[in-house]
Amino acid sequence: MAKVIVVTSGKGGVGKTTSTAALGAALAQTGQSVVVVDFDVGLRNLDLVMGAERRVVYDLINVVQGTIKLSQALIRDKRVETLHLLPASQTRDKDALTEDGVARVIGELREKFDWVLCDSPAGIERGATLAMRHADAAVIVTNPEVSSVRDSDRIIGLLDSKTEKAEKGERMPKHLLIARYDAGRAARGEMLNIEDVLEILSIPLIGIIPESEDVLRASNLGSPVTISSATSAAARAYQAAARRLSGEEIEMTIPSDRKGLLNRLFGRRAA
Amino acid sequence: MSFFSFVRRRNSAPVARERLQILLEYERRIISQSDLVAVLRQEILAVVSRHVSVDPDKVQVKVDRGAKVSTLEVDIEFPNAGANTAHA
Repeated sequence: MAKVIVVTSGKGGVGKTTSTAALGAALAQTGQSVVVVDFDVGLRNLDLVMGAERRVVYDLINVVQGTIKLSQALIRDKRVETLHLLPASQTRDKDALTEDGVARVIGELREKFDWVLCDSPAGIERGATLAMRHADAAVIVTNPEVSSVRDSDRIIGLLDSKTEKAEKGERMPKHLLIARYDAGRAARGEMLNIEDVLEILSIPLIGIIPESEDVLRASNLGSPVTISSATSAAARAYQAAARRLSGEEIEMTIPSDRKGLLNRLFGRRAA
Repeated sequence: MSFFSFVRRRNSAPVARERLQILLEYERRIISQSDLVAVLRQEILAVVSRHVSVDPDKVQVKVDRGAKVSTLEVDIEFPNAGANTAHA
């Protein structure tokens, strides 16, 4: 039974696309079939983060409008063969997405894959509400920072009112993914800590992604961090989050890259 | 002085936390309230319209949320059936 997950946040730039790519790759690396879908029509970036920008021929809008078949628009990842991308259109805007068309495409994806990860655009407008519309569960990406937390709270409200699940009177499972976390700064009282964010948003935590240079490196390379630096702290955090998403119970830790001097020298050379 | 201002300067997270708690409590109330008022308004209008013709602009629904109890104020203006009949 396929699971449709929306990766959303309200605020832009918090790591939705990075997280969609990293979680998608982590799930696919366990052998499950995964498709990551870019809903950010007009401002697509998931193709770039996945390193597939030069392979895009058709896109979500073409499939939604029924001008081509779904299989023609799907791009299979070259590194993990169970991982696929359905890119957004760069030349159109969100109005090109129709409610019925999106419903049909999500239905088709459900039949083909174990996991459908929808990368939501920022904001609370049409693009974002369509991305969450058919989700079975949501991953809310939040940075430990006031504007991100406030926007997450708003998105949680929308998940509980504007989704198909909510309209049927069902509960929408929501998972909080805290990204760009700096444990040191939080300990010094310079940054909201995990407990603060959890208490304010009161939804369960699925992962803590530490602030990491590997994440930027991954997007530079066009390879999800769980593929490009699979043993890095950020990648391990995403792998753990992916396993929790699959229902496994794993103790919540904040992975760290802090190594001894020798390890550090050796690690540098190896990388 | 320098030590205390140093400590105060560093610990900005508790301030962020407090500001967010106050703000979100307010915003959640406003949003759920506006949703509730919109739903109530729509349903009340539908029920009343079944019996008398009502101008949707003449339906006022107001919720006043107090600490223990809240009040719902509904004000509907509708024309009398005939110019000379006092009862509807």
